[in-house]
Amino acid sequence: MHEYSVVQALLTQCEEHAMANKAKKITKVVVKIGVMSGIEPYLLETAFNTFKETTVCDGGEFIMNIQPLTIECQECKTVSELEKIQYCCPKCESIDVKVIDGEEMFLMSLEMV
Amino acid sequence: MCKDCGCSITTNKHQHEHTHVDEQGREYNHVHDHEHDEGKNVHESGHHHHDHDDSHKHQEAHAHLHDNPQLNDAKTIAVITKILDKNDHEARHNRAHFDEHGVLCINLMSSPGSGKTTLLEHMADLAPFKFGVVEGDLETSRDADRLHVKGIQAHQIQTGSACHLDAFMVHKALHHMDMEAMDVCFVENVGNLVCPASYDVGSHLNIVLVSIPEGNDKIEKYPVMFRQADLVLITKTDLLPYFDYDIEHEKIMARKLKPNVDILELNIKEEASIMRVIEWIEFKRKMRG
Ligand SMILES: Nc1nc2c(ncn2[C@@H]2O[C@H](COP(=O)(O)OP(=O)(O)OP(=O)(O)O)[C@@H](O)[C@H]2O)c(=O)[nH]1
Ligand SMILES: [Mg+2]
Ligand SMILES: [Zn+2]
Repeated sequence: MHEYSVVQALLTQCEEHAMANKAKKITKVVVKIGVMSGIEPYLLETAFNTFKETTVCDGGEFIMNIQPLTIECQECKTVSELEKIQYCCPKCESIDVKVIDGEEMFLMSLEMV
Repeated sequence: MCKDCGCSITTNKHQHEHTHVDEQGREYNHVHDHEHDEGKNVHESGHHHHDHDDSHKHQEAHAHLHDNPQLNDAKTIAVITKILDKNDHEARHNRAHFDEHGVLCINLMSSPGSGKTTLLEHMADLAPFKFGVVEGDLETSRDADRLHVKGIQAHQIQTGSACHLDAFMVHKALHHMDMEAMDVCFVENVGNLVCPASYDVGSHLNIVLVSIPEGNDKIEKYPVMFRQADLVLITKTDLLPYFDYDIEHEKIMARKLKPNVDILELNIKEEASIMRVIEWIEFKRKMRG
């Protein structure tokens, strides 16, 4: 499972931000996980809590916001948050849609002391 | 070749495109130069992270730029960055390498045993283009050996426990390959329908294979992978008489995830079906000029 690799990348980012901000500790990490990012949130959380101990994030809280797939229809311009994974406008059924959110993983914010 | 990373860009400066993301998580691209001078960009072999010094500064500046005034109580900082941004940066670097050599890079992904290596073996005798292969497997160099027997240039990466290839591994492998001697570079990813989908390796196109014996539900079960596909190859169609497999249903499913995806059927014993895959690749190659 690649959740471990993703957590490694995340912890490296946290270390860099802590250093840049001269922080001693990161007390909260907020991430946004798209439903189509290919990450299993439960496994990500487990991996984070396992590997944070030896890092600046030791003891830190991990907040995951799960981002539904969000598309903008290029025909009728409706923006929809989808419940089903189907790249099709729920209003006009056009398949000419642009993905706005839900396919990526983001580090959103850090709380540090 | 630049000394630090072995990339063939001769000048000190080269451009990198960066994707930045604003508060709403929307992306925008911009290009910036970065210098390649010794000591700055340390490239250690056996080490996957050879970060470009300036990308760090860049990130800091970026984080600063996006400090949210409401949250900015000197404790919380908004740092909206893709978690895999370093991999994405390296992937763009790899793509720049390929572009410079006029090489089309194709990432082959599927579950174990769907027929990736077999397809590559059979293409050797039929393809009008020259190709090389970066092979990814957990263990053994069996697949690279199979390709060497067919006279194909191949370099094996043994990922150990990593269930996917990332852009850093592919970059390292490229140092072992002669880009001048190829028109197409395939990356045969680790057999896995989950993890490789999250990692851009620097390919221009993704081909996802799914074989008849795997059953009728793979596309629905692994939407993230099939969403990445530019071409879905339904393989081992010679086995259709032995399995209840509804190809038309699978095609509908694939196009629910990606309305414009190309789909071809492949039976390795039927040369015409291999030729169709080759023609697809040739077409894409020509369309890139
Ligand atoms: N019947 C049939 N068998 C095939 C076909 N293509 C591949 N195979 C067989 O499927 C098996 C696995 O093929 P490989 O090419 O090694 O699969 P792979 O995707 O490279 O596997 P990994 O690298 O381990 O992920 C081999 O025994 C092939 O002979 C086909 O079109 N029809
Ligand atoms: Mg193989
Ligand atoms: Zn619409």
